[in-house]
Amino acid sequence: MPPLLEALGLEARYGWTKVLHDLRFSVEEGGITTILGANGAGKTTTLRAVCGMVKTAGEIRFDGRRIDGKATEDLVRLGIAHAPEGRGTFVGLTVEENLRLGAYARKTKASIADDLDRIYQYFPVLLERRRQLGGTLSGGEQQMLAIARALILRPRLLLLDEPSLGLAPLVVREIFRIVRTINKEQGVSVLLVEQNASMALRLADHAYLLETGRVVMSGPSTEVGKDDSVRRAYLGY
Amino acid sequence: MEIFLQQVVSGLATGGIYGSLALSLVMIYQATDVVNFAQGEMAMFSTYLAWSLMNHGLSYWLAFALTVTVAFVGGLAIQRLIMRPVENAPILTIVIVTLGLLVIFNSVAGWIYSYIIQPFPSPFPTTAIRVGSVVFGPHDLGAIGVTLVLLILLYAFFRFTSLGLAMRAAAQNPASSRLVGIRVGWMLALGWGLAALVGAVAGMMVAPVIFLEPNMMSGILIYAFASATLGGFTSPGGAVLGGFLVGVIENLAGTYISFIGTDLKLTVALVLIILVLLVKPSGLFGRAVVRRV
Ligand SMILES: Nc1ncnc2c1ncn2[C@@H]1O[C@H](COP(=O)(O)OP(=O)(O)O)[C@@H](O)[C@H]1O
Ligand SMILES: [Mg+2]
Repeated sequence: MPPLLEALGLEARYGWTKVLHDLRFSVEEGGITTILGANGAGKTTTLRAVCGMVKTAGEIRFDGRRIDGKATEDLVRLGIAHAPEGRGTFVGLTVEENLRLGAYARKTKASIADDLDRIYQYFPVLLERRRQLGGTLSGGEQQMLAIARALILRPRLLLLDEPSLGLAPLVVREIFRIVRTINKEQGVSVLLVEQNASMALRLADHAYLLETGRVVMSGPSTEVGKDDSVRRAYLGY
Repeated sequence: MEIFLQQVVSGLATGGIYGSLALSLVMIYQATDVVNFAQGEMAMFSTYLAWSLMNHGLSYWLAFALTVTVAFVGGLAIQRLIMRPVENAPILTIVIVTLGLLVIFNSVAGWIYSYIIQPFPSPFPTTAIRVGSVVFGPHDLGAIGVTLVLLILLYAFFRFTSLGLAMRAAAQNPASSRLVGIRVGWMLALGWGLAALVGAVAGMMVAPVIFLEPNMMSGILIYAFASATLGGFTSPGGAVLGGFLVGVIENLAGTYISFIGTDLKLTVALVLIILVLLVKPSGLFGRAVVRRV
């Protein structure tokens, strides 16, 4: 079976500056892949490349079909949901409106109410705050909102951009636990980019290491986690 | 007392029209950060369309329905064909494009329909309505009614439909909107379409009062600016309320402050704009805008 998402020779640039070079990575159907890298390595750009937010060259395949060059809005309709860097909250809209927007591109609108209920079970704090404006939520709550907004699309692939950024360790653990549950229960495949290598390696089955826009190492997460240079540079032991 | 009440009601009637036009300004401003100086002339042009449809024998309401439809499509087309190419241009360029549209609509209307003042019919009965000793103009009451119905429909659309929600989202956060699948460009176009529709209704409601001619909206646009400034350019509800306030203030000032009369009424609007900008630039209901640099 071909992987759900596959990038081959992927390049991306901002203006004249090329920031991704000849990237090759994949996400298996039902799997969790993580791309690790320091600040500025190109993690966010990689996710932007996958969902058509930057100019790219090379191949991106989703479910066996070429998707490079497609518009973001169309990729959403194929089932690619993105919880972006900065969390992308609609700050002037209520939490519930934020979630309803997540379902905007869904084909089957009928079961949205049920899905909302289920998502509130994953994220009880969002149920509590559902009439509040998105902008009044804490960082952790906004991260949960971003993931929830992505999930209500019923995506096949969930792109997560540093969900741990700026959050207390306890909150990070909670969010990662929910991502794992969602992956198990709903079979949503996940592409997670992170600086928090230890958490990400525990969650993912496959890992890539990105340095200045190049993949410098890849393999099953357990092996990448054992690598000496990774341990020194990213795990701190 | 009677005079006071009558002036308030007719102030509310014209105020509703200022409010509608202010609302169309605010709708476009919120979605695109652009003040559409051609909003008034677009309304005037739509009103002429209704007028010529009626001259061709169509009934008032049929002409009304056709006109708002054409205005909607026209607004949409203007955004797609004229505004979109300059979307990322400096704000001054965009302002000049809308000023250009203003001049074009004005001269084309003059060219097609001439500058001769024309009467425009009111759809409401002509017999005055008496409540006690107070006499209300039926067109005033009708115009207030039409404005309110329009506002309620728009409110319901933005508040309760998923398309309305998507339009609000696109105005606030285009990047996140694309990520949930909203076609942001079309939402902006839809905003222009709706604004043009609202403007067309305002034009048809005010034309029986001020008559039809290519420059009919130039004063109204100033009042609409005053309304939007007073209520806040970031608050649709505030802009409408601002409209009602401006309408009433203008009328009462004209009636009770002898040197103002009808000649200086427009000055009242300008003074209001300046006062608000000095005292509370974000308007009564607007949020102060924090700009990222
Ligand atoms: N909008 C942009 N315009 C120009 N350069 C950018 C932009 N966004 C990111 N970059 C550059 O691209 C490189 C990769 O950035 P990014 O993908 O955000 O890294 P990461 O998410 O891993 O921190 C960095 O050198 C950054 O400075
Ligand atoms: Mg990043």
